[in-house]
Amino acid sequence: MDPSFVFLGVLMMIVKGLALLVGLLIFVAYILLADRKIWAAVQLRRGPNVVGPWGLLQSFADMLKFVFKEPIVPSGANKGVFLLAPLVTSVLAMSAWAVIPLSSGWAIADLNVGILYIFAISSLGVYGVIMGGWASNSKYPFLGALRSAAQMVSYEVSIGFVLITVLLCSGSLNLTDIVEAQQSKWGLFGWYWLPLFPMFVIFFISALAETNRPPFDLPEAESELVAGFMVEYSSTPYLLFMMGEYVAILTMCAMTTILFMGGWLSPIPFSPFTAAWLAPIWFILKVSLVFFMFAMVKAFVPRYRYDQLMRLGWKVFLPLSLVGVVVVAGFLQFFGGVHG
Amino acid sequence: MNIVTGFFYLFSTVLIASAVMVISARNPVHSVLFLILAFVNAAGLFLLLGAEFLAMILVIVYVGAVAVLFLFVVMMLDVDFAELKQGFLQYLPVGALIGIAVLVELVFVLGTWFQAPGELITRASAVKPGVSNTQALGQVLYTQYVYFFEISGLILLTAMIGAIVLTLRHKVGVKRQDIAQQVARTKETAMEVKKVPSRVGV
Amino acid sequence: MQSVIADYLPLVIFMALSLVIGGALLVAPFALAFKAPDSEKLSAYECGFKAFDDARMKFDIRFYLVSLLFIIFDLEVAFLFPWAIAFKDVGLFGFWAMIIFLGVLTIGFVYEWNKGALEWD
Repeated sequence: MDPSFVFLGVLMMIVKGLALLVGLLIFVAYILLADRKIWAAVQLRRGPNVVGPWGLLQSFADMLKFVFKEPIVPSGANKGVFLLAPLVTSVLAMSAWAVIPLSSGWAIADLNVGILYIFAISSLGVYGVIMGGWASNSKYPFLGALRSAAQMVSYEVSIGFVLITVLLCSGSLNLTDIVEAQQSKWGLFGWYWLPLFPMFVIFFISALAETNRPPFDLPEAESELVAGFMVEYSSTPYLLFMMGEYVAILTMCAMTTILFMGGWLSPIPFSPFTAAWLAPIWFILKVSLVFFMFAMVKAFVPRYRYDQLMRLGWKVFLPLSLVGVVVVAGFLQFFGGVHG
Repeated sequence: MNIVTGFFYLFSTVLIASAVMVISARNPVHSVLFLILAFVNAAGLFLLLGAEFLAMILVIVYVGAVAVLFLFVVMMLDVDFAELKQGFLQYLPVGALIGIAVLVELVFVLGTWFQAPGELITRASAVKPGVSNTQALGQVLYTQYVYFFEISGLILLTAMIGAIVLTLRHKVGVKRQDIAQQVARTKETAMEVKKVPSRVGV
Repeated sequence: MQSVIADYLPLVIFMALSLVIGGALLVAPFALAFKAPDSEKLSAYECGFKAFDDARMKFDIRFYLVSLLFIIFDLEVAFLFPWAIAFKDVGLFGFWAMIIFLGVLTIGFVYEWNKGALEWD
């Protein structure tokens, strides 16, 4: 191949990647603001409203503040691992977005095994937490990391089983194919959330637990563990943890959208709404809708106790999702397609 | 092809270097972290072979699950470096024996490669074109190799029972929440109204 | 081979880019911010007193059991992935093969439930 052609190709990949990352980070900045605003609105407060009109620049101000804060590495910590942990968390969270299709063919890397890649990345998410908690060499981070690791691990199993039910219906590990399998003349009602409704609910709640969102935010339960594994972190290492957490939340929102809510497909299946240029907008709207549900859950639901959390994961969701796999497979085997 | 070769050497160099670090790092937690790096690079090598499914499963199962267990174990240990060093000499003969066995096996594998290079290539390309890696695996695993598949299920069952038998210790005097019992409480079972005569008490 | 590169090179580049962004953010305050460390500031967080002992303590073996059980169920899920993809190809035989496999593991699950391995105390 012509070397200049290869060079151009690589340059294009870099430009596309940068565009996605910058867009993603700006989206995260506003999602974070939305989270605080929604939470405030539920409690009849105003939320951040000083920096910029309606507080719209708040997240950017926060970022600048973090960059100019004094970075503290505790003297008892294992310095290398201590600084590596936030980097691992944020880089893993961001790299999940390489396979997420914003529209038909709009993914950085449209892998054959896209869903496995996301599953793998989210199973690696636990390392940032364990490494941070261990390297801090302090009691609260250590306990927070332990709890968090056991929690993330417990809910990953039911997420796995839910993924299987979706795969049974779509027959492909490729995220683009999964979205396209949901295309039908029924629009909104042809997506998998309707036939797989119980699985949708299990996935949503497990996603909350997997990303340490309230009501499952036990690793950072401030009333008992101060801030969990992040106690010793300050400045941008802390910022990277927060950023990683919110990017992971967005990834889970995007996965919910792709698996159950038809990805970029229009909810109204006729002409003006199905235009190609609207597809990424539908996708972003749906991701925002799922995030709105995440934020509302945070605002309403009191925190679980640790034994309740483990009970829900192992004794309720695991058997339910396993039964779900068998039921969906049996239905497909004996009655043909579930596609409604 | 150049890029593939470049990545092959990158992955294998990092793999070997981190494998060396696993056994030479002084801190066991660092060892486990290097082990994770080794796993990830091995997954990269699988990818270069076109075995996408195996690469991802390697990351999901070994890095996402097994290494978490290792980290737990290592964090649980009271790390005493002097004691660890003592054990090193004691286990050296056994370790050397296993190492030699693995080396001999590797030599045999290499021997087949030199004897019949063509055969290996045909075996490696048994997948029909147009069928993805994962699908090809699924097509044979649950039909042609069904006995092995069921046996692996039994092995997993044994592992599950073994894990419980080895590690489960119930503490005595633990009060647990029984949700069914809580919900089933009625006014009658929960409280009792007593007429208390004055100056006598209950 | 070329298709592997075409699929995964963008992924590698994307990861490298996110590493650059993350790394730049991580390094920035060490270069930019005001630093005045002292021994109290750098000590481990504790509620107003010196830590009594090492922070890395022995913890409940239950965490170990949870991660062991997780490995087993994760492997089970790993076996399900190719089955779900090849579901139409393996037919009724493959369906029952998987039901038996899941049945065997359900026996294990019932065992651990009855033994109380899923209780948390």
